Amino acid sequence: MQMPDPDQGVLARKARIVARLRAALPTDAVIDAPEELRVYECDALTAYRCPPLAALLPRTTEEVSAALRICWEEGVPVVPRGSGTSLAGGAMPTADSVILGVARMNAVLETDYENRFIRVQSGRTNLSVSGAVEAEGFFYAPDPSSQLACAIAGNIAMNSGGAHCLKYGVTTNNLLGVTLVRMDGTIVTLGGPWGEPAGLDLLGVVCGSEGQLGVVTEAWLRILPKPEGARPVLVGFDSNEVAGACVSDIIKAGILPVAIEFMDRPCIRATEAFAKAGYPDCEALLIIEVEGSEAEIAEQLARIKQIALAHDPVEFREAADEDQAKRIWLGRKSAFGAMGQINDYMCLDGTIPVSSLPHVLKRIGEMSRDFGLDVGNVFHAGDGNMHPLILFNANKPGDLEKCEAFGAEILKLCVEVGGCLTGEHGVGIEKRDLMSVQFAPQDMEAQMRVKDVFDPKWLLNPAKVFPLATSAARRAG
Amino acid sequence: MRPVTEAELAEAVAGARGPLLVRGGGTRTLGHAVGEVLETSGLTGVELYEPGALTLVVQAGTPVAEVDRVLAAERQRLAFEVPDLRGLLGREGVSTIGGVVAANASGPRWVQVGACRDACLGVRFVDGSGTVVKNGGRVMKNVTGYDLVKLLAGSRGVLGVLSEVSFKVQALPEAEATLVVEGLADEAGLSALRVALGSPFDVSGGARHSGRSLIRVEGMAGSVTYRLGELTARLGGEVRTVEGDASAALWRDVRDVVPLQGKPGDIWRIATLPTAAAEVVARLDGEAVWDWGGGLVWLRLDPGRGAEVAAAVAGRGHATLVKGQGGSVFPPEAAEVAALAAGIKAKFDPRGIFNPGMMG
Repeated sequence: MQMPDPDQGVLARKARIVARLRAALPTDAVIDAPEELRVYECDALTAYRCPPLAALLPRTTEEVSAALRICWEEGVPVVPRGSGTSLAGGAMPTADSVILGVARMNAVLETDYENRFIRVQSGRTNLSVSGAVEAEGFFYAPDPSSQLACAIAGNIAMNSGGAHCLKYGVTTNNLLGVTLVRMDGTIVTLGGPWGEPAGLDLLGVVCGSEGQLGVVTEAWLRILPKPEGARPVLVGFDSNEVAGACVSDIIKAGILPVAIEFMDRPCIRATEAFAKAGYPDCEALLIIEVEGSEAEIAEQLARIKQIALAHDPVEFREAADEDQAKRIWLGRKSAFGAMGQINDYMCLDGTIPVSSLPHVLKRIGEMSRDFGLDVGNVFHAGDGNMHPLILFNANKPGDLEKCEAFGAEILKLCVEVGGCLTGEHGVGIEKRDLMSVQFAPQDMEAQMRVKDVFDPKWLLNPAKVFPLATSAARRAG
Repeated sequence: MRPVTEAELAEAVAGARGPLLVRGGGTRTLGHAVGEVLETSGLTGVELYEPGALTLVVQAGTPVAEVDRVLAAERQRLAFEVPDLRGLLGREGVSTIGGVVAANASGPRWVQVGACRDACLGVRFVDGSGTVVKNGGRVMKNVTGYDLVKLLAGSRGVLGVLSEVSFKVQALPEAEATLVVEGLADEAGLSALRVALGSPFDVSGGARHSGRSLIRVEGMAGSVTYRLGELTARLGGEVRTVEGDASAALWRDVRDVVPLQGKPGDIWRIATLPTAAAEVVARLDGEAVWDWGGGLVWLRLDPGRGAEVAAAVAGRGHATLVKGQGGSVFPPEAAEVAALAAGIKAKFDPRGIFNPGMMG
């Protein structure tokens, strides 16, 4: 993975830059000791590492503003960081960059149940947002798998999704407003708790901009009343086609499950060996979860059962109690861990139209044989967001490169059938150079113009999202 | 000008020598923009519809009625309930789907599914230099590159002319019903909406006008009956239930702001906090239709009260004059936000030819 050469001028001025930051921020907010910087050399895309020039851990919006202003004056690139759980390298630094972490900014600033919003500092973890409103019967809907660790700042940067977004949408659909600090230190409020912009929807483009437009320090989030209950069913099928048809029929019937998860045979087998959830050994497995009162759950599940049985499943398993419901989810929730037991893996995130599912799975199987690497598929079937897990051996020379080449072919296939490169993880550095598969030059030009306005010097997370050659002239400016 | 293909649209923009008044059917255009009329109503047709994937791709000039018809044939609909503002604004013409997106026009179901922009998956548009740009796509989860779809939705043509839009659509529910609550003053009547929306019973509409509060639930028949019972038990006042077509008619009135149609005075559209909605109206003393659980207020006032309206919503929302003697007026923005918006406009439309003067 190529990254731009560090700015030698910045490296040479390190002492002065750090001194200026120390003068502006509390002592413990500036980290520049090499051994302490190791923590920040990568995020969850661990294959690539580079320690930053320094790392900053401010506690307030004003401190963020002061730090950014200094970096702007000094021409230092800044890489914003939430909890560092990005699978796409969104928070990976370069040697000449400063990491600006919001981890210490984790306070709840306001909860308003009547108007159904919460305002938090952006370093707060996703799950602890729900935790803060749980006692009153509310929750925050987007639920990425990393929700125990990931920060709202990163969720906003990547427009994170989760298993339940079929019903509740992703981050952008649940974000009401932000306090954003621009690279030059200007503090801007976009949106607000009333949930509709007065003019252009700048909040809409900030969400998902991968930390390239500004540093979000505070956010107003929509909170929702918790449903009375939820229950999953498990359905096993002999073929991917039939499982895909079943998903389509459920959606067409007007039932809106909160989640429809899909696992294929390699993934089922790996999971069984690891978690022993008692899944049937079949070609494709669906976990479908519905919500409501007892009677509402029963009504929806009866309808789903009727549809599923028409597709002749090898198994239709209902949960009689909470314990059985947990067992249905057990295998799915341990799928990534199970695959990790077998081998190193790379998790992809392409999204496809649901109708292309059988074709795409068949092609992935063929490519798996061609590349000589195993792959298991686990994904959010209701919205077509795939997570193929390619297994490889990090210690075997050439295997990572082969895995990356295989991954790139899968993502190209996703685009070819009408989908996209990434459904919820973001582009980062990982998919940066594939952007031209999905977008024509003028499409990327339009996006980069937005960054030109928010960050004219291209100092915020600059070497991400767009292919290096595409952004070269702007970064040099 | 009325191009019939995207290529013709791009040519028309590239060749423009002065300002363009961009519009679909002109049924919801606001602002003071002047210029040669550029209509998108010639760009029509469904490009792709997959009911099993809840996806629809249409050309921007397609009439809303045509989109509704195509979806209804598969027992589906646009989730965000397109308002028909012709009666309120005194317009004629055929509303287009591109105009809906450009206005981010969103009806009562906002409380459950969000705005029009939340249902938009992708766009194609022509920017101010005549270049065709695509963003987003046709899949429900897509974080590939910046989300210009949200930026274009609600931009009222000042950034680009939409040529195609893809939507996430929704299945028609099996049943719908509305609880009509009477005998409550505005403050208590709006509080009832907040109680309903704060409950786990998946309310899909909360509105108030003419002394009545309306609370809607939709879904499977058994579930609707159950939720009506649970909600009724939590509400005060005199509560009765209206079902089916009669319920749908109640919500068309809210969506299209029927109670304020054909009456004298200015019409304001105010976005605010539901808990502030009663007081904003009491202070200004006008005739109101509250939607979005109180968060959206349509207010009829005597002309010339702009300063009072601005003071009433300061710090808790914003107000747009949608109909008045002096035309319509968009709300002001904070200087640092206005600077960003101006910068974006200058990048997307460097010649400043799209709807000059439209938004602020």
